[in-house]
Amino acid sequence: MTEMTTDQLEELRDRISLFKQFTGFVRKQPLGTAGGVVVILYILMAVFAPYITGFDPTENFYQNQFVAPGMQFPMGTDEWGRDILTRVIYGSRTALFVGFTCAIVGSTVGLVLGVGSAYYGGLIDLLFQRVMDVFMAFPLIIMALAIVSMSRSLHLPPDTSVYFVIIAITIPFIPRCARVVRASALAIREIPYIDAARANGFSDARIILRHMVPNVMAPYLIMITAFVGQAILLEASLSFLGLGVQDPVPAWGLMLRNAQEFIRTEPWIAIWPGVAISLGVFGFNLFGDAIRDALDPKLRTQ
Amino acid sequence: MQTKLWKLALGAVAAAAFSFSAVAETPKYGGTLNFVVGSKIPSYDGHVETTFGMIHPIAPFYSLLMRVNPANPGDPTDFQCDLCEGDVPAGAEGGTLFTFKIRQGVKFHDGTPLTAADIVASWNKIIFPPEGIASARKAFYKMVESVTAPDDFTVVFKLSFPSGSFLPAMADPYAFIYSKKDLDEHGYTWHKMNINGTGPFVFVEHQPGAFVTGVKNENYHHEGRPYLDGFKAISAPKMSARVQAIEGDRASIEFRGFPPKQRDDLVNALGDKITVQESDWNCVLMVTPNHSRPPFDDPRVRKALTLAVDRWGGSQYLSQIAIVKTVGGIVFPNHPLAATEEELVQIAGFSRDLEASRAEARRLLKEAGQEGLSFTLNNRAVDQPYRVVGTWLVDQWKQIGLTVDQQVNPSPVFYDILRKSGDFDVSIDFNCQSVINPIADVSKYLPSAGNNYANFEDAEIEEVYDRLLHAGTFEEQRVIMREYERMVLDEKATQAVTLWWYKINPYRSYVKGWKIAPSHYLAQQLDQIWLDK
Amino acid sequence: MWQYVFKRLLLMIPTVIGAAFVIFFLLRAMPGDVCELKLGGEGAYVDEAQITLCREQLGLDDPLAVQFADFVWGIATLDFGTSMITGRAITYEMGLRFELSLQVAIMATIVAIMISIPLGTLSAVYQNTWIDYIVRTVAIAGIAIPSFWLGILILLALLSISEAMTGTRWTPPLDYVPIWEDPVYNLSMLIWPAVATGYRYSAVATRMTRSSLLEVLREDYVRTARAKGLVEKIIINRHALKNALLPVVTVIGIEFAFLMGGLVVTEQVFNLNGLGNLLVQSVTSVDYTMTQGIVMVIVLVFVITNFFVDILYAWLDPRIRYS
Repeated sequence: MTEMTTDQLEELRDRISLFKQFTGFVRKQPLGTAGGVVVILYILMAVFAPYITGFDPTENFYQNQFVAPGMQFPMGTDEWGRDILTRVIYGSRTALFVGFTCAIVGSTVGLVLGVGSAYYGGLIDLLFQRVMDVFMAFPLIIMALAIVSMSRSLHLPPDTSVYFVIIAITIPFIPRCARVVRASALAIREIPYIDAARANGFSDARIILRHMVPNVMAPYLIMITAFVGQAILLEASLSFLGLGVQDPVPAWGLMLRNAQEFIRTEPWIAIWPGVAISLGVFGFNLFGDAIRDALDPKLRTQ
Repeated sequence: MQTKLWKLALGAVAAAAFSFSAVAETPKYGGTLNFVVGSKIPSYDGHVETTFGMIHPIAPFYSLLMRVNPANPGDPTDFQCDLCEGDVPAGAEGGTLFTFKIRQGVKFHDGTPLTAADIVASWNKIIFPPEGIASARKAFYKMVESVTAPDDFTVVFKLSFPSGSFLPAMADPYAFIYSKKDLDEHGYTWHKMNINGTGPFVFVEHQPGAFVTGVKNENYHHEGRPYLDGFKAISAPKMSARVQAIEGDRASIEFRGFPPKQRDDLVNALGDKITVQESDWNCVLMVTPNHSRPPFDDPRVRKALTLAVDRWGGSQYLSQIAIVKTVGGIVFPNHPLAATEEELVQIAGFSRDLEASRAEARRLLKEAGQEGLSFTLNNRAVDQPYRVVGTWLVDQWKQIGLTVDQQVNPSPVFYDILRKSGDFDVSIDFNCQSVINPIADVSKYLPSAGNNYANFEDAEIEEVYDRLLHAGTFEEQRVIMREYERMVLDEKATQAVTLWWYKINPYRSYVKGWKIAPSHYLAQQLDQIWLDK
Repeated sequence: MWQYVFKRLLLMIPTVIGAAFVIFFLLRAMPGDVCELKLGGEGAYVDEAQITLCREQLGLDDPLAVQFADFVWGIATLDFGTSMITGRAITYEMGLRFELSLQVAIMATIVAIMISIPLGTLSAVYQNTWIDYIVRTVAIAGIAIPSFWLGILILLALLSISEAMTGTRWTPPLDYVPIWEDPVYNLSMLIWPAVATGYRYSAVATRMTRSSLLEVLREDYVRTARAKGLVEKIIINRHALKNALLPVVTVIGIEFAFLMGGLVVTEQVFNLNGLGNLLVQSVTSVDYTMTQGIVMVIVLVFVITNFFVDILYAWLDPRIRYS
């Protein structure tokens, strides 16, 4: 056994402290941990979809219409003879893609706008707040309908419809994040060192990026984790209304929409996508709550 | 096996018709019929509207000049007088003169007596509307030269040429008879928001988005009718809500049609408390390629699209999940003018040998240099049967190596793309008519027709249709119809038909006297319905 | 205080005008033509002349500025005009649905309050015990389960339960009757959507009750009370809960505004003729005037609710007024 170098020791110490933090999190936040497990499982499911199931989620097998759950098809098949398990697994790709994209884009744009508005203040802030008010008050469904309709007349290449669903969901996230971030940023702006930085002739961009943004990371991260679950749910609702992604793309909300007709005679078609949505959103919310508790300094001491 | 099924299906329709005529019960009076409607009412004016959402709640308030026999609406030739008297007139002067005797003593709901002048005014509004007044089915009456009233109880239709499509068009369920007084006093748009007819029921209330109610017209001109005291048409846009309404007996019937699973569901749940009538349906979804956009200007590509579609197989498995079933050409399958199975299998895409058809499709694509073509399909955001059929087509085309992206659009966007902007590769379109009138119905495939959106011109097709329109005898019509059909579906493959719709109406068994029609627009005056409770 | 109220009132105006601006141009950027749809309907052929005339009658050929001015003047005078599709007054069409939407929103709020305040309190008081975990699990499930799915399941359950109990299948009524005309009929229809949405809504409120109560419980005066040896129950009832309710009221206010127009999916599942459905119907038939009218009503409800919430805040917490 050779002696450990200081570097190695340092690394080991880091690891131990990381491990301690992790076990601490698990102990303090059993629900959050459960949520985290669900989140990781869903991500793995989406990434390794083709390795988990051998079926093609969009291939129809007419001889297998409406097979009840059993050995060959654990969750049964749907009206086109497609394996429901396969479609639920591939559906996680649509859900997580939409969920993460909307949450990250929405929160990031909100972050930039919120911090900028707080930093510049004055007329810019006032105008910005009014614009945010308008978007907060505006019914989401109209925004979604309008965006989806407009996208159809643009004659875009195939498979772009999901991006418009993302836009429709992201827009209402922006003002909600911006508002929270702005409130935190305003508090930071009052701290004298920002003025000092200004007096020293630092550029606006530098002050915003180096001093303000790092200080609003907590609300930003809290918003992101909260938005993922909401975005998944909104995507499902839009698909259920027929405004989301289109057949034969596997998506949980769309599967539920199609399944309504068979809910009495072949209930398994309607149950599994609903379970997939509920469990996924449940996991993301539990995890998000735990993150919030961990990041929110007021609650940390508890 | 497949032939057998096909015949069985036809047999079932015939059996349904037979069993109905065999049962003759004495109608009971009284009761209110609740029924659910899946679409909304744009206006009350039948001359303008085209939706069942309006005809189901509003038709009971009006009479027609003549109508499809509500006791036998499946027969495309069984017409009877409504406001006219005696038998439906046969054409005089080589089929160019039709004289209708008008029933006496009929009163509008506001008390005004009905005369021939009202009928002339209504029909003139339909056939020769003044500028700025819409008339949805004006094109059906191209052969009519004039409508006149020689006396108070006679109406004469003079035609410029004889046509087999005239009488069926006269039974159009939207051709409500209005009072001339109303038209003169209130103008030609008054009927959009007001109701004054001579029908079996008198309008009571319309709560927009919720319901329409009517009560019995005590002075109705058909003796002893209507049997019901009144009706309530309840709006229920979602299919599941309509099915549950019947299951929980909040409504007794829905007149458009349910998919097969909903029928099974209701029958399983309620047994003999549910009666089911089924019929072929005078509606078909079509595939309309945009001829003005390459490569769909190439007949080989268009033909490949239709060759890829497994209609016979689809008839079996698609009929499990959608309101489509019957394989047919451009003519309503049960009509004598329709192609027989022997004639049908000769047409591209109708062959029993699917593999051969698909091989041929691949060969044509290769020849046209369009293997692995990728395009978008414009479809309408209506589940039954649009979206289901669209999803099916996408899969059928995948089998010959095509990649198709289905864009399901809300109705205004769908129409905008199909009718106005023309900005599509391939679109779903539909041919859905009320009275079965094949010669008029197939004008949809005519390049010059106002409602053909495939963006092309073709003098040969026009010439064949012109001969069809003027053909005097049935035999002649049938021969020309085959020529027209082959040209449209096979040789030029200008458009393709999918499967014909199949109407399934499960309803509460205590509803009597209602007979399924091959169209959800037909025979909806409700005067023949009674409740056995 | 009055100065604050006045300032807050003034701030509502740009929001309303901004929303009017957005909906006006959003609609006109959408494809589709109300005349085409109205006259062409299900596949009928319409000639261009008729469409042109229809557009003229509806004022769709006027310059956009004129149309917009008309619209804003209409809001200012509370005259929304007539629907482009049905020709009926928009206030009449909305009035019919407003009643129903309002009742569902109120009932859902009651359901939510009845669930969330006791559960949220329990959860905070017994923080990090199994009671807390159960309450939070139930609450988060409320947010996670899609409300339309829950609605479908409720309807199915009603059918099976009624059959098991009475032998006949029962479904809720399909048509709305005002509560003062037939309370039993009315409630037997609206209680189910109220429960389905109230549960989701309570989930948000329960979480808010819990976290704001936790915060208050750490405040000095509560600690003092504890130190003085007051019974825990009294502390919670008398001191903590009262102060913790403010954020809960905010959440309830915002959710209430959302319920007025945001229940599209639930309305579809339960066949309710509410504002949300009317909104979707009018957008999908490109009925500009009707859509604009409903959106403005929803925006107004939202803005006014927010106004009252802010005023309440300012009244309870004087620091806000002067900031």
